[in-house]
Amino acid sequence: MSARVAMATAAPLVGDRGDGGAIPGADALRVGVVQFPGTLDDRDALRAVTLSGAQAVPLWHGDDSLSDVDAVILPGGFSYGDYLRCGAIARFAPLMTAVVDAAKGGMPVLGICNGFQVLCESHLLPGALIRNDHQRFICRDQELVMENTDTTWTRDYSTGETITIPLKNGEGGFVADPATLDQLEDEGLVVARYHGFNPNGSQRDIAGITNARGNVVGLMPHPEHAVEAGFGTDSANGMRAGVDGQGFFTSALRSLLSA
Amino acid sequence: MTTTASPGASSDKRVKETVEFAAQNPDVEQPFAELGLKHDEYLKIRDVLGRRPTSAELAMYSVMWSEHCSYKSSKVHLRKFGDNVTDDMKKNLLVGIGENAGVVDIGDGWAVTFKVESHNSPSYVEPYQGAATGVGGIVRDIISMGARPVAVMDQLRFGAIDHPDTARVLPGVVGGISGYGNSLGLPNIGGETVFDPSYQGNPLVNALAVGVLRHEDIRLANASGKGNKVVLFGARTGGDGIGGASILASESFDDSKPSKRPAVQVGDPFAEKVLIECCLELFHADTVEGIQDLGAAGISCATSELASNGDGGMHITLEDVLLRDPTLTPEEILMSESQERMMAVVRPDKLDEFLAITGKWEVEASVLGEVTDTGRLVIEWHGDVIVDVPPRSVAHDGPVYERPFETPSWTESTQKNTVAAAGLTKPATDDELRETVLTLAASPNLCSKDWITQQFDRYVQGNTALAFPDDAGVIRVDEQSGRGIALATDANGRYCFLDPAEGAKLALSEAHRNVATSGARPLAVTDCLNFGSPEDPEIMWQFAQTVEGLSSACLDFGIPVTGGNVSMYNQTGTTAILPTPVVGVLGVFDDVGRAIPSGWRLPGQTIYLLGTTGDELDGSAWADVVHGHLGGVPPRYRPEAERELAEILINASRDGMIDAAHDLSEGGLAQAIVESSLRWGAGARIWVTELLERDGIDLFTALFSESTARAIVAVPRSEEVRFSDMCTARGFPFVRIGMTDVGDEDHPNSLEFVDHFTIGLDELAQAHNGTLPHQFG
Repeated sequence: MSARVAMATAAPLVGDRGDGGAIPGADALRVGVVQFPGTLDDRDALRAVTLSGAQAVPLWHGDDSLSDVDAVILPGGFSYGDYLRCGAIARFAPLMTAVVDAAKGGMPVLGICNGFQVLCESHLLPGALIRNDHQRFICRDQELVMENTDTTWTRDYSTGETITIPLKNGEGGFVADPATLDQLEDEGLVVARYHGFNPNGSQRDIAGITNARGNVVGLMPHPEHAVEAGFGTDSANGMRAGVDGQGFFTSALRSLLSA
Repeated sequence: MTTTASPGASSDKRVKETVEFAAQNPDVEQPFAELGLKHDEYLKIRDVLGRRPTSAELAMYSVMWSEHCSYKSSKVHLRKFGDNVTDDMKKNLLVGIGENAGVVDIGDGWAVTFKVESHNSPSYVEPYQGAATGVGGIVRDIISMGARPVAVMDQLRFGAIDHPDTARVLPGVVGGISGYGNSLGLPNIGGETVFDPSYQGNPLVNALAVGVLRHEDIRLANASGKGNKVVLFGARTGGDGIGGASILASESFDDSKPSKRPAVQVGDPFAEKVLIECCLELFHADTVEGIQDLGAAGISCATSELASNGDGGMHITLEDVLLRDPTLTPEEILMSESQERMMAVVRPDKLDEFLAITGKWEVEASVLGEVTDTGRLVIEWHGDVIVDVPPRSVAHDGPVYERPFETPSWTESTQKNTVAAAGLTKPATDDELRETVLTLAASPNLCSKDWITQQFDRYVQGNTALAFPDDAGVIRVDEQSGRGIALATDANGRYCFLDPAEGAKLALSEAHRNVATSGARPLAVTDCLNFGSPEDPEIMWQFAQTVEGLSSACLDFGIPVTGGNVSMYNQTGTTAILPTPVVGVLGVFDDVGRAIPSGWRLPGQTIYLLGTTGDELDGSAWADVVHGHLGGVPPRYRPEAERELAEILINASRDGMIDAAHDLSEGGLAQAIVESSLRWGAGARIWVTELLERDGIDLFTALFSESTARAIVAVPRSEEVRFSDMCTARGFPFVRIGMTDVGDEDHPNSLEFVDHFTIGLDELAQAHNGTLPHQFG
């Protein structure tokens, strides 16, 4: 894009990718993105990893090995058609044994949407995700307030910061028993809450949570769809210029580099 | 017909109705009429075969010679699309009409395939599954060309918004598109939703899919190479979507079979998603010689089309089809429309690799037989030949009808019943005009469709640059260069009712204008022609006029029809739907970074109206919403002005002169300004004096006339000179009509028609956004 055109219109034009959020020195890091049958947002997660400066590594659900990756993303979609329960079948994929072991050993693991559901089914995170309270799929640009910004995946945000990333789910209502919800809040394990509008009936407006160690994060909205100007959310900077999701990916890389 | 095991048969699955038996027993009475065949069609089958058909052959011919599969009423007219094409129009066409979908060259070695298809009647019977499998079917057409599907759109028509049955049909249809499309990982980037009582018993569910591929990856539906294997893969074949075959099956030997089966197919989006990825890997490994999806008429269609497009022969063993229901008869297997199935032709030396890939994706596959050079399609069932036919006679040489047509008796009186002749009361005061703007903005056909589109994933794949409610959907194809495509579809059934030929031209005009408004250069056309019964000469006249109009408009715009679909018999009793030719236009961007949205965000930009406005209110949204009136003639078709307008919009977007552009169509200037303001909640001050003087019209006409070849644009101050110079140099009429304005502490964000009336954006948004949630919860 020529500078002349960019200056001529007050708003950045679509496709103005800029430098993105690539982290210097991250190119040696390998971030795996798991593909289950029915996974949909895997290519988007791979793109987000690439834009953040690391190597994006596709991982196949049927494999046993994590292929020496430094972090793992379980992307969105409808693994196994959401049959039985969202994430209930994917949990038993051969690769998930390795993912669970690695997560328990401290490897950064991010579950987005269906990936969040898989993390809950795998008992890496508490609670469950159920059908939206209004019974319909919903796709919208969603405001979140960031809470715990000490996790591996959120350190590039500040607590109380409002971000906007796409949300798109049919079964995104976060539920848990009151004791678990209290515990999540008391121990500061809520990563983000819906702001302004609760799109799916999630209890206490919870959009994402972490484990106590902070290496495993589950998030219902989609940060990987707000990493590239022109294809992100509408924002004050212009149409689809929103890149508020980048921080999740850069956070993990910065965490790995400083470890 | 009674089917018993032949004496000495080793299998109780053997049937009496073999080719040999049919030849020896010519006088068996056959239920051809119940299967939808006319007596002379049945005689033609006997003539082709030189004997009576077996029940399996009768099943195949009956579905393949149906209106839906054979286009027997429309064929003679559709030829016009092929005849009215210049060499220049064909220069970007890699594959034309006749294949599963047309393929268009978009440059840099990239190609795009796109098509729109109907799934109307299943969606009325069972809205969720009907709409879902409509999406599934069109997506498989796209995969069959070797392309990766990248987006879908839907064109919906329902009865009156407040009719009780609409509350059943609409949420089901939207849920089906959402449930199926979202699960495939395909962004839904646009479409139309229109309400009109004529669609009450015949809602229209058209679905468009678009895919991308490299030129060298094009796949065609043909079975070539003697000895190549024929493989059926994907979901198992079940008893859904069999329809008429139940007549043949009704007296079968086994009465323990499930008796009630859905006539509408049941979709499994998970199976389709896996099938998409599996097919792309099969293509990538170069394991496929020819491929065909299984849609209407299932295996009957796939085998006969593959064979007749290739070396002309095929021999398959039908008992090797993997079944969901082991009690299915051969006739049912041949007719079943079970979803998520594909048929491939594979070289023997590639078969192991092919099966390894289907195995990786846990997709079931069975080798049914092989390609032959006999010129015959031979199908065996447990050792007996039950089908032995020339495949072309099934797939391509079906009946062709020159159905009689005549101008409807009411045409003249309807066209004379203009807005002026009917003496419709027009709003006179500023208050009445203000009310009319709000009423139109809230009316079912012009209100916000967010309630629907929020149920569709527009983000997945990460390449969506524009989606609803912008004028066109825009998808990036090449992530490096930004090369991409724009798509828009349109059809105004009211215009088409008043004058089908002009209405069709206007549908193409508007889709073309929408694509250009987004900044893309229009390249190619697809269509889905939805009509009533072709056996009614007045309906047939509408159809003939439409094809005539559309093909001549394609010549005017210099872009070809690459493929499409015809849906007839959309009528209940003698009440036919409004003629609804959905026209889709594909455009190309060198860089989707130039895509222009339909609304403005920033204050202080100048709003120009491009084009001229006349008194053209017949068939308008205003006449419909305020007076329930439909008469007169549609707005004038102006191809030269449209092409010039398109050039201006494309250049302005390419050179960064405009920040917003929106075409004027239903609801006229008022509705366009409403939509552009509500896109991002930024108001405007509008002054119309210069426009009224130049065009010699009153404020009402300026606001609500639907004259064609018009658009509004928002131009940053720094670009005003360059933009107005361009319009002047091209001699295209343009007039400054206002300024974007987001309000301040003293005056709220609003839409102000200076010296006339003001509407606060909150009030406007409430009116525009409230209609669908109020109706559907």
